[in-house]
Amino acid sequence: MASPMRIRAKTTDGITEVKALMSHPMETGMRKDAEGKPIPAHYITEVTATHNDKLVLHAYWGPAVSQNPFLNFQFKGGAAGDTVTIKWVDNLGESQTEQATLS
Amino acid sequence: MNYPRRSFLKLGGSALAALATTAMWPLRALAAAVRPEAAFVAKDLEGTYKGLGGTPTASAEIDLSTPDIAENGAVVPINVTSKLPGTEEIYILVEKNPNPLAAAFTIPEGTEPFVSLRVKVAQTCNLIAVVKAGGKLYSASKETKVTLGGCGG
Repeated sequence: MASPMRIRAKTTDGITEVKALMSHPMETGMRKDAEGKPIPAHYITEVTATHNDKLVLHAYWGPAVSQNPFLNFQFKGGAAGDTVTIKWVDNLGESQTEQATLS
Repeated sequence: MNYPRRSFLKLGGSALAALATTAMWPLRALAAAVRPEAAFVAKDLEGTYKGLGGTPTASAEIDLSTPDIAENGAVVPINVTSKLPGTEEIYILVEKNPNPLAAAFTIPEGTEPFVSLRVKVAQTCNLIAVVKAGGKLYSASKETKVTLGGCGG
């Protein structure tokens, strides 16, 4: 978890578009390293997005989601100054939460 | 924890994992309560559909946008828009991946039935979007040709 998650959220015509770029290796557990030893699985299992305190998107992910996942979704009812919070949890129990203010 | 989380159990029930999950309980009550683990570990489409609770009906109301040819199977963008009324859940499946189910989204009321994500595609195959609307499953699929697999290395 070298770099933080980047979130951009913008409201146009009542619809808020959220784009999030998470920083995660998303290892499937099926790859092997140079010495032929399997690389243990390490991937995001759960993502939760909230607008102020209301849930706007929830996801369960498997290891097939690409490295440094990019997620894009839209919801209604966002206003400038509101906050969007995205949290992920991975299979090793690590987690990261990031907040962005709507523009 | 009274729900099956094989991945967590395998790790010997790390205290951290338990804490992180417990903290999410208030939100979880609103979302799909349990990770569809059976669908995530299924090794073929049939098994995945079984885990999701049925075989979906093909629908033209699901707009699936994927590249026809992906030069790099490790990063394949996929956009799903559902025009079905009452869309509750959106699933993204890659037919020939070791485990076809890549992601399961819950769409609460007020959220547009649209998601965009990047997934790994092991080999040329169909990318499938499954939408749950009004308690029923619908699907749309499109083939993506992969010139370089998503599981290299």
